[in-house]
Amino acid sequence: MTTLAHIHRDDEASKLGMWLFIFTELLLFAGLFIVYGVYRYLNPVAFHLAAEELSVTVGMVNTIILLISSATIAMATTAVRKKNKQLTLLFLMATLFLAFMFMANKYFEWKGKFSHGIFPGSEDLQRLGHGDTLFFGLYFFMTGLHALHIIVGFVLITIVAVRVNNNTLTFENPVLLDNSGLYWHLVDLIWIFLFPLFYLIT
Amino acid sequence: MSDRTNLSFREEKGNRKGIFAWILSTDHKRIGILYLYSIVAFFLTGVVLGILMKLELLAPGKTVMDPATYNAIFTLHGVIMIFLVVVPGLPAVFGNFLLPIMIGAKDVAFPKINLLSWWIYVFGAIIALSSLFMAGGPPDTGWTFYAPYAFKTNTNMLPAVLGAFILGFSSILTGINFIVTIHRMRAPGMTWFKMPLFPWTLYGTGWIQILATPIVGITLLMIVGERVLNIGFFDPALGGDPILYQHLFWIYSHPAVYIMILPAMGAISEIIPTFANKSIFGYKAIVLSTLAIAFVGYFVWGHHMFTSGMSGTALYTFSLLTFIVAIPSAIKVFNWVSTLHKASIQLEAPFFWAASFLFVFMIGGLSGIALGALTTNIHLHDTAFVVAHFHFIVFGGVGFAFMGAIHYWFPKIWGRMYNARLATTGWMIFFIGFCTLYLPMFFLGFSGMPRRYYDYVEEFHGPNVVSTIGSWVLALGLIIILYNLIRSATKGEVATKNPWGGRTLEWTVDSPPSLENFDEIPVVTRSPYDYRKNIDE
Repeated sequence: MTTLAHIHRDDEASKLGMWLFIFTELLLFAGLFIVYGVYRYLNPVAFHLAAEELSVTVGMVNTIILLISSATIAMATTAVRKKNKQLTLLFLMATLFLAFMFMANKYFEWKGKFSHGIFPGSEDLQRLGHGDTLFFGLYFFMTGLHALHIIVGFVLITIVAVRVNNNTLTFENPVLLDNSGLYWHLVDLIWIFLFPLFYLIT
Repeated sequence: MSDRTNLSFREEKGNRKGIFAWILSTDHKRIGILYLYSIVAFFLTGVVLGILMKLELLAPGKTVMDPATYNAIFTLHGVIMIFLVVVPGLPAVFGNFLLPIMIGAKDVAFPKINLLSWWIYVFGAIIALSSLFMAGGPPDTGWTFYAPYAFKTNTNMLPAVLGAFILGFSSILTGINFIVTIHRMRAPGMTWFKMPLFPWTLYGTGWIQILATPIVGITLLMIVGERVLNIGFFDPALGGDPILYQHLFWIYSHPAVYIMILPAMGAISEIIPTFANKSIFGYKAIVLSTLAIAFVGYFVWGHHMFTSGMSGTALYTFSLLTFIVAIPSAIKVFNWVSTLHKASIQLEAPFFWAASFLFVFMIGGLSGIALGALTTNIHLHDTAFVVAHFHFIVFGGVGFAFMGAIHYWFPKIWGRMYNARLATTGWMIFFIGFCTLYLPMFFLGFSGMPRRYYDYVEEFHGPNVVSTIGSWVLALGLIIILYNLIRSATKGEVATKNPWGGRTLEWTVDSPPSLENFDEIPVVTRSPYDYRKNIDE
């Protein structure tokens, strides 16, 4: 139906929709936080010991990477409003680079765990006991789901960057950039919860 | 006869041809109709499965199928009816078609996402039903997918669970779309308390969809993780807790009941004042009870698990909250009945559906109170009584409201009238069939017949025969209704703008509406159910 006479555009509505969507994403993870809470309560000692297996340094580096990337995408939303295309692109590329770094870090972290026989359904893990099975099951499931969100965010920001580059996204219609930024902050926020739950509380 | 001035939305030529002008259309009315056709197709599939189940229960022992097939059929019946028919049901069909018109807008806030959610719905449905055609057969767990059986069974669980997960996205996107539409696009002058009640219930539904669906989404993903990666979330052998699965499942699936029933209540709140020719009694009470149901409905999920093992405190709390959530529903019933008091009622098919809705909804609601009480629940849990209860609510409540809605808005959607006498006949046969089918189940459950059993002892034979005969009567009624509606959609008398004398905005536009609904966005000055004669037209 391209004969639609009116082109309806309402940036406030788009942002409201995005906020509601972010709400659903938080609830998606909330289900996992409940499961984590229940099993931590039931297996306090095993969760404590299993958490010590994870490297706080790697987790902290990734936290810093994500926090900086949130700052860079926030700066991109400001840069686009100042009509500075080069700077907008620069900040978007920086965000993409940091997202990539996060994933690379994650890859090596997971790979290390796999090589020690720690992965969902492994026999080594089951020998360690129920608490460890659940801890690492949750660890892989939750960080895996989070990594999936990083990838989605990566694709979104790439689309934004392409559109900024060919001038179809400018200061006149920055809402897609704003919404991608909101989404990226969500991804960051979830990590802010995952980091202490898996790495810091020991 | 016709007072149409513009081309209607169905005649309007886009630049796409044939079926693509529909399945790629972002017009909310076309999307509503796409949903209608898909939902009716799945509904009929579910009905056939239900009739097969009743046929099996005609006599003790094996009648037409073996136990494994029976298990698969009741699972499919549940999955299709819940996830593909009743949850999207009224919001996706009538919400899409009517919400923008009723609040004086030209479309929903995000037309493209609206189309996307229909595509996601179709995609999810295909995935869910693909289990039928794979080796291993459809799942046999019941629609609740309870752990640990859900990851032990050799049937095709994954497609069903993934399909339900994908359908959740469709539901969430529709919910977001409606909430934003209602916040941003109401016509000038339409304050919150001048908004008709059907949009109000869609608003409440939207919030439940947003708040509850993600929880079942993640739970279903965990079942997938369990089956594919053997993680052990809910497997006692690996340290997991199957009861936790039940909690997570019902945290969504109980509010989902209100996703189903709220829009149904909204449709009834539209039909009753129109056919009573009278302003609705207690408009604000109905609005507030809608929001109260949406809110309290969130905290009652434990009443599905009274026999699963919970602390005494949890049992009492959930039981008390279950009683409390019945209050706003009762408020609505009193309001509807009070609206009818001393009214000059137009006896037309939509009104018959609404009136019978009140009847079956009362029975369903009161039997729900019996189930919400801890002591009776122990006796009735997992019996045919429960099946009768939720069919009275979900099929009786939502189904009757859907039928009422389609008879009420039929002239608006198709621009034609149906045969009133045939519609009334169909309703009467359907209603008699419905009661014959489900009332015996209360007695059966009360005397101890378990649900989901394909066999039973001789004592239960009589009521089961009555119930099975009821299913045939109901099917006959359904055939008459469908024949009447399908025939009338093309051959019926041309309808006027406002055949019933409704006061809400959809009756001010053409039947069927033009592509843009309104030539000029209306300015709303009066309340939606203002039936005073002196301000007429």
